Amino acid sequence: MSENITRRSVLKNLAGIVGGILTLSAGRTCKAAVRHGLVSAHAPAGYDPFQHKWLMALDVDRCIGCGLCVEACREENSVPDSHFRTWIERYVITKPKPGSGETRGETIVDSPDGGKEGFPVSLVPKEDILKSFFVPKLCNLCEKSPCSQVCPVGATFQSPDGVVLVDKNYCIGCGFCVQACPYGCRFLNPETHTADKCTLCYHRITKGLKPACVEICPSQARIFGDLKNPVADDPLQRFISNNKVEGLKRNLGTGPRVAYAGLDEEVR
Amino acid sequence: MNAAILTNVVDALPQFEGYVYPNERTLHPLWSVLIVVYPYITGLVAGAFIMASLVRVFKVRALEPVYRLALLTALAFLLCATLPLLFHLGHPERCYEIMMTPHFSSPMAMFGFVYAWYLMAVLLLELWFDYRRDFVEWANTQSGLRGIIYRAFTLGVTDLSEPALRLDDRMGRIISVVGIPSAFLLHGYVGFIFGSIKANPWWGNVLMPIIFILSAVVSGMALCVFVYMFLCWARRITADMRCLDLMTSFLFYALVIDATIEGLDWLHRLYSAEEGIDVLRSLAASKLFYTLLIGQACLGTLVPLFLLGSMQLVRRKVAELNRRRVYFSCAALILMGVLAMRWNVVIGGQLFSKSLRGFMSYKMEFAGSEGWLLSLALLALPFVILTVLVKYFLALDLPTIENVVPGAVRHPNPPEARI
Repeated sequence: MSENITRRSVLKNLAGIVGGILTLSAGRTCKAAVRHGLVSAHAPAGYDPFQHKWLMALDVDRCIGCGLCVEACREENSVPDSHFRTWIERYVITKPKPGSGETRGETIVDSPDGGKEGFPVSLVPKEDILKSFFVPKLCNLCEKSPCSQVCPVGATFQSPDGVVLVDKNYCIGCGFCVQACPYGCRFLNPETHTADKCTLCYHRITKGLKPACVEICPSQARIFGDLKNPVADDPLQRFISNNKVEGLKRNLGTGPRVAYAGLDEEVR
Repeated sequence: MNAAILTNVVDALPQFEGYVYPNERTLHPLWSVLIVVYPYITGLVAGAFIMASLVRVFKVRALEPVYRLALLTALAFLLCATLPLLFHLGHPERCYEIMMTPHFSSPMAMFGFVYAWYLMAVLLLELWFDYRRDFVEWANTQSGLRGIIYRAFTLGVTDLSEPALRLDDRMGRIISVVGIPSAFLLHGYVGFIFGSIKANPWWGNVLMPIIFILSAVVSGMALCVFVYMFLCWARRITADMRCLDLMTSFLFYALVIDATIEGLDWLHRLYSAEEGIDVLRSLAASKLFYTLLIGQACLGTLVPLFLLGSMQLVRRKVAELNRRRVYFSCAALILMGVLAMRWNVVIGGQLFSKSLRGFMSYKMEFAGSEGWLLSLALLALPFVILTVLVKYFLALDLPTIENVVPGAVRHPNPPEARI
């Protein structure tokens, strides 16, 4: 055994290896940062995400629960069965028992197959219903999105145009983001084994089209627009100025941007 | 009953109660039994290391018989700590991205670095500095495969002069001192992975990392008691009762602190009664009744607290054999109780919808990546590794060297007290 091998030289070599790994890591981090800047999920050349700020608003009173949006989303984005990028919930609030001193009775929520095929007649007799309404759900485009915060590799990120996207070629499929989303908007795609979610139909909006769900909605319950480039008599601006809007679960501090008008306190 | 009918009956059982978000209607929780095993194994590492630090840093000489065993136990479990995570990933082949392109705001990404730091900068280095002198001696006396292994592990540093040995000892102590916060960080971070999820009222809790650290210390100490007693039994030698008494004393006091903080957590949840409390209360009373109230609280905490507490008071009046029986049973109960605690946090946290309007069920599979067979194998693997480590690094037939460094704390105990 060579006598020149000393503890000092061994430690020096070990330090060199650790230093090398750290340098490599820093290099890859820079590369990933650049990559994230460039990733644009099918955006056409020339599309500048810094020049747009997309937003969707929902008019709860207008939704009729037909489920066409869920179906259109499935067709447009090849969403696997039993998973949803958007869905509709039906809330049925019963009348309070006479003399109970309450303002309302029980709240029954359902969403059979995400509301894709519409909704069957409620099991609650009509005369017992205090009120009933449909609430479309989708990614809330959070300003401080908890899903992006927890992704261990940065595969999911907030695009400058306000959309939260997932790089499926980079996602490791750990499911942390699915756990972190308070709205149940994310799922692990059983085909790609990566996280999946609403992209606001990024491949469409970057070409100047509307998301599939907005395009097909027969009652104009979904309103979509670009906050940085309002059109003449912009429907989104008009909707926000004409309604008192709010976001879901604001108490969690995620800064949900999707604006709902006509929400009931029971909606979570 | 006909098998087909039975299958139909099982399929017809309600999997969901109330309303759960459509994306939550999956067959099993997103993080299933593998993710239960992951914090369990990591916690055992941290606890076993703390046990070793009691000797090295706090100079509790009575625990010296288990010093090396505790370090080797920590190593065996640490080597397996990330396996459950790896098996669980949708794309395990991309796992290196966690280290190569980490996202610094993610607790999971940072865990990768804490893990690497703990494995390479703390545990392996401490073991090497502790064993180096023995490696050199054994390399000269042992032949064959063993000789090759010991020669390789000297890493070519064969200097046995007094200053060199003193440096070994000093380095070992410094690393131990650094190792204590590192062990806390390691498991605190695991707790933070859950505690950081504010979307989940069970997990998103500032006490979660602390509870994880304390339960880790408890489980790791219990593991050391368990492994030490098992090894003594397997080698047909009598366990050092002074060491066992002291180990279980430390275990008792750690359990007192752990149980207090966990109790405080529940008390605070019940008193503040925030939005999700009804869901948690109903889970504790139904789906988690056996694992939370019976397994974790009664069998895993109260019974060992009572037994170990009584031993603190009436130890001298209890015969050695009975004391050993009590210690072994308590260690086994605590190990089971902490496993139940991990189950309650990981699985329990996914048995209710984030809409707080409904519940999911979990029927564990046998085979497959989400099955209990794989989890059992992953739980057994560290014991297999530990057996190999003990065979090569704690062998009875290896010559042991008395410490020649003045003032050093290593192994002043007579050889018969060692295992």
